[in-house]
Amino acid sequence: MAASTREPIQDLIQEVLEVYPDKARKDRAKHLTANDQSIEQSKQCITSNRKSLPGVMTVRGCAYAGSKGVVWGPIKDMIHISHGPVGCGQYSRAGRRNYYVGMTGVNTFGTMNFTSDFQEKDIVFGGDKKLDKIVTEIEQLFPLSKGVTIQSECPIGLIGDDIEAVAKKKAKELGKPVVPVRCEGFRGVSQSLGHHIANDAIRDWVIGNRDGDDSFATTPYDVAIIGDYNIGGDAWASRILLEEMGLRVVAQWSGDGSLSEIELTPKVKLNLIHCYRSMNYLSRHLEEKYGIPWIEYNFFGPTKIAESLRRIAACFDETIRVNAEQVIAKYRSQYEAVIEKYLPRLEGKKVMLYVGGLRPRHVVGAYEDLGMEVVGTGYEFAHNDDYDRTIKEMGNATLLYDDLTAYEFEVFADKIRPDLIGSGIKEKYIFQKMGIPFRQMHSWDYSGPYHGYDGFAIFARDMDMTINNPCWQELQAPWLRADKAAGA
Amino acid sequence: MALRQCAIYGKGGIGKSTTTQNLVAGLAELGQKVMIVGCDPKADSTRLILHSKAQETIMHLAAEAGSVEDLELEDVLRMGYSDIKCVESGGPEPGVGCAGRGVITAINFLEEEGAYDEDLNFVFYDVLGDVVCGGFAMPIRENKAQEIYIVVSGEMMAMYAANNISKGIVKYAKSGGVRLAGLICNSRNTDRENELIEALAKKLGTHMIHFVPRDNAVQRAEIRRMTVIEYDPAHKQAEEYRELARKIVDNKNLVIPTPISMDELEDLLMEFGVLEEEDESIIGQTAAAAAAA
Repeated sequence: MAASTREPIQDLIQEVLEVYPDKARKDRAKHLTANDQSIEQSKQCITSNRKSLPGVMTVRGCAYAGSKGVVWGPIKDMIHISHGPVGCGQYSRAGRRNYYVGMTGVNTFGTMNFTSDFQEKDIVFGGDKKLDKIVTEIEQLFPLSKGVTIQSECPIGLIGDDIEAVAKKKAKELGKPVVPVRCEGFRGVSQSLGHHIANDAIRDWVIGNRDGDDSFATTPYDVAIIGDYNIGGDAWASRILLEEMGLRVVAQWSGDGSLSEIELTPKVKLNLIHCYRSMNYLSRHLEEKYGIPWIEYNFFGPTKIAESLRRIAACFDETIRVNAEQVIAKYRSQYEAVIEKYLPRLEGKKVMLYVGGLRPRHVVGAYEDLGMEVVGTGYEFAHNDDYDRTIKEMGNATLLYDDLTAYEFEVFADKIRPDLIGSGIKEKYIFQKMGIPFRQMHSWDYSGPYHGYDGFAIFARDMDMTINNPCWQELQAPWLRADKAAGA
Repeated sequence: MALRQCAIYGKGGIGKSTTTQNLVAGLAELGQKVMIVGCDPKADSTRLILHSKAQETIMHLAAEAGSVEDLELEDVLRMGYSDIKCVESGGPEPGVGCAGRGVITAINFLEEEGAYDEDLNFVFYDVLGDVVCGGFAMPIRENKAQEIYIVVSGEMMAMYAANNISKGIVKYAKSGGVRLAGLICNSRNTDRENELIEALAKKLGTHMIHFVPRDNAVQRAEIRRMTVIEYDPAHKQAEEYRELARKIVDNKNLVIPTPISMDELEDLLMEFGVLEEEDESIIGQTAAAAAAA
C-alpha cells in the first residue's frame, strides 16, 4: 500500500472541481474523497445514490436496466417481455454475456428479445390487451418456458396500464408464474432501484411458490449463490469450488439460473451473496421470512477466495471445514503458478476502476494478488453500505469517486496516469486514445470467467496482455519519435 | 382570407361541443368553410353536424389499420351539414391508455395529411374540459389554434376553470401566437350572469363575445342530433348562434389574458353574491361542532 498522505489526492479533487459552477461544485464535492480507513461509516466521507447532475455525462443505467438487464434477464427458462417500445429490449439483449446451458428458443431464452413493440395506438389505447395476447402466443410458441415476466418500460408507468391484472389472469390460465415488474426507467436515480424493484417482484410473485411443499429433499449442505450473473461463466467457476468443499448449490441467482431454483431457495441453509448491491434485498427477506442466514463472499483472486471459502465453511460442520482447506490446498500450485508467471510482469502497476455492483471493491484483492495497486475506485450506482464495505478494502488516501462524470474521470486518469483502467465500454476508447491500457470490466471484455481459481488465471492473463501489449509503444507516429527526430 | 384556427375550452359539461357545433353551423350559413376537430376521447364533437352517434375516430381507425401512417385523410374526414368537415381524434375508454397522446397523434396526422387546406376559413378544436396534461394543450401550441374561446357560465366552478385556462394561454402566448379571443357565456340562468361574465372578461383582459341564453330548443335539436340552425332555422335561438358566428368572424379582440388570483376571483364572486363572505371561524368545523356552538 502506498504510504501517501491524503493531501495530494485532496488537491487533485479540488483541481477537478475547479471548473464547475458553484452549485455543481458543491454537489460533486460530496461524491469525491480521499480514502480514510479510520472512518467507520462512509456517510461521513462520501455521498451516494443521488440524482446525477444535468449536463455531466454519467454512465448510469435506469430501473429497467437494473431489473431486466441484471436481476431477471439471466433467469434462463422464463421469458422476459420488454413491455413498451422495441428499443429497450433490443439494446439490452444478450449484451451482458450471462452464459447459460440450454437450447435457446426451446427451453431457454436468455439471448432472445421478447417485446410488445409499442406503437402509438398502444400508448393511446393502452397495452393490456396486447400483453394478454403476447403471453398467450408465448405459451403457444414456447411451451417449455417456465413462466413469463413483464419488464415495464417507461410508457407503461405513464399510461397506467394494469399489468398486475393481466399477470394474475394469465398466470391462472397458463398455470405458470406471470410476474409483473414495475421497473419503469424513470424511477429512481440509477439502475439500483431496478434491482430493488426486481427483488421485490421475486419476493412477491415467486419466493412463496413452494411454501408448504416438502417434496424437495434437502441436505444440511444446501446453499444458494446469490448475485452471480455468470458473466463469461463466473458462477460456474464459483460453483465448482463450493461443490468440491461438499456443499450442494441448489440455486444460482440469477446467472444460468432457472425459475425452479429461485422457487427452491427458501429451502437452503445458507445464502451466499456475491453482488450485495443487487440482491441484498432478497437475502434479507429470506432471512426474515425463512430464517436463512446470509454471508457475503468474494471469489476474485486466491487471497479472497481462501478467506471466503473458510468463512463459508465456518458456517458448516467440521467435514466442510476440512474440505475447504483441501480445496485451497488443491488449487495452491495452480494459482501460485499464475502468480509466479504474471506477478513479475504486473508488479507495481497502478489500476483505476470505475464500475458497478460489487466490482469496485471485490476485484481489488485479485489485483493485489498480482502485485498491483488499485489507486482509485468508485461505483456508478452504489449506496452508502457499499462504500462502508469499500473503505477497508482500499488503501489509505486512495481516490474514491461516486457517480463519476466523464470529465472527472478523464482528468483523474490524466493526472494519476494509471497503468490500467477498468471500466465500461463507453469509457474504453477515450482512455485507449490517451494511451492508457483498458479492460472493460462490466462483461470482462468478452473474456472470463474471472471468479474462482480458474477465473483468476484468466484474469491474470487478460491484465497482462492488456498492460504489456506492445501496441502501447506504437502510439506515437514514427516520424514524431525522439530517436527519428534526432536522426533527421 | 387566411385560415383562422380557433380552440374552444371550458369546464367539463359547460356545453362546449353544443356551442361549437351550433356556432359552426352559423358560420357555414355565412358561407365560411369550416372544419371541426374533436379533441376528446368521447368523440361527441361532430354528432350534431353529422347526425351520427359518434364519428369513427382517427385513433380507432389507426388502431384497426395498424398505425396512423396507414390512414389517408379521406378515411377520417366526414362532410356534414352545409359541407362542414368533421374529424374526431378519438382515444381510449376511460381508465386506460393515454388520451392526451391520442390528441397529439391525431393533430400531427391532420397536419401531415394536409387537412388544413387553403379553401378552409376556420378550424375549430373542441377540447376535453380539463386540460389534464400536455396532450390537451396540443391545439394551442405553436402554429395551431391562435384564437381561444372559453365557454363559461355564471357558476363558480365554470369561472374558476376559465381563469385556469387563461393561465395556460399565458404560458403558450409567450412561446407562440396564441391569444384569448373572448368568453362565450352559455347561460345557466344564474343571477346577474350577463354582468358577472362581463366583469370577469374585463378582469381577464378580454370581452364577453356573446351571451347565449338558455333555451330548450337546443335540447330538442340535440335529441335529433342536429344543430338548432338546421333543426329550426327560424327559432330565436338559431339567431343567437348566427349572432355569435358573425361576432367571431368580425372579432379582432385578441389578447394575452391577465388571469386573476384566487382572492380576486372570490372577491368578484362575492360582489355578485355567488359566494358568501368567508367566515373563517367555520373552516374545519363539523356539523356536530357547529350544532354545539
